[in-house]
Amino acid sequence: MENTIAQFQIIPLQYYILFCSALFSIGVIGVLAKRNALVIFMSVELMLNSANLLLTAFSAYRNDPAGQIFVFFIMVVAAAEVAIGLGLLVVVYRSTHSIDINMLNRLKW
Amino acid sequence: MFSTYLFFFLSTVALISAVMVLLSKKPIHGVLYLTLTFFTLAGHYILLNAQFLAVVHIIVYAGAIMVLFLFTVMLLNLNIEGEFQKSTLMKFVAAIAGGMLFLVLIGTLKSFDVATVGNPELTQIGLVKNLGKTLYSEYLMPFELSSILFLSAMVGAVMLGKTTKK
Repeated sequence: MENTIAQFQIIPLQYYILFCSALFSIGVIGVLAKRNALVIFMSVELMLNSANLLLTAFSAYRNDPAGQIFVFFIMVVAAAEVAIGLGLLVVVYRSTHSIDINMLNRLKW
Repeated sequence: MFSTYLFFFLSTVALISAVMVLLSKKPIHGVLYLTLTFFTLAGHYILLNAQFLAVVHIIVYAGAIMVLFLFTVMLLNLNIEGEFQKSTLMKFVAAIAGGMLFLVLIGTLKSFDVATVGNPELTQIGLVKNLGKTLYSEYLMPFELSSILFLSAMVGAVMLGKTTKK
């Protein structure tokens, strides 16, 4: 009886897909619409997090631990990526005194 | 019923704060809104009964990554209001492109029937004990390799941050 009630009140998986797609789209808009490199980094974090949440949702609904392990490794890579990315940002700021990504076209030769 | 209300509340707060990340003029406000988004996502993880990931998410994102962002904003004194902006046309085009992406994702998944098979509130896989067993048996090799990744990232960050003396 408890079990059937719990099954009836379960959150549909579609809701998670909708929510994560919306979050991912907001991240994409941020990357496209902003010129501040820091805000672009934050938008990339939003996209990573929406993918993480969707992987966790599928993993929990399918009862498969591989998805959650994968999310753990994504978090590992994201932490390393942010450390390196912000280090690069500091270097760019030191040489150009701006984090406007339009300034980075001088990387062309 | 309660978990459904909680889901809608957390989703609404997460989406609003994610939009505010983009709309905020000062970068530091954006960072704080992003922290709010991360906390609501941790709530989502708990809702999915993935306690281990919720704790790791709070430690890694709200603890480590946000501190890195805040330090960068404060050290470089980047907290200047709207100093460079893309043109209104470019912003409009970006919003249209992102909205189209959202519609395509929704349209694709609409025709695809996702059967809700399990009950996330009854699964035990997200608990530290079960996830740890899987991590240290099946996925031991990637786990050890990630330490090498961290080491190389640390060396790289130190190399980048070092000022060369001439």
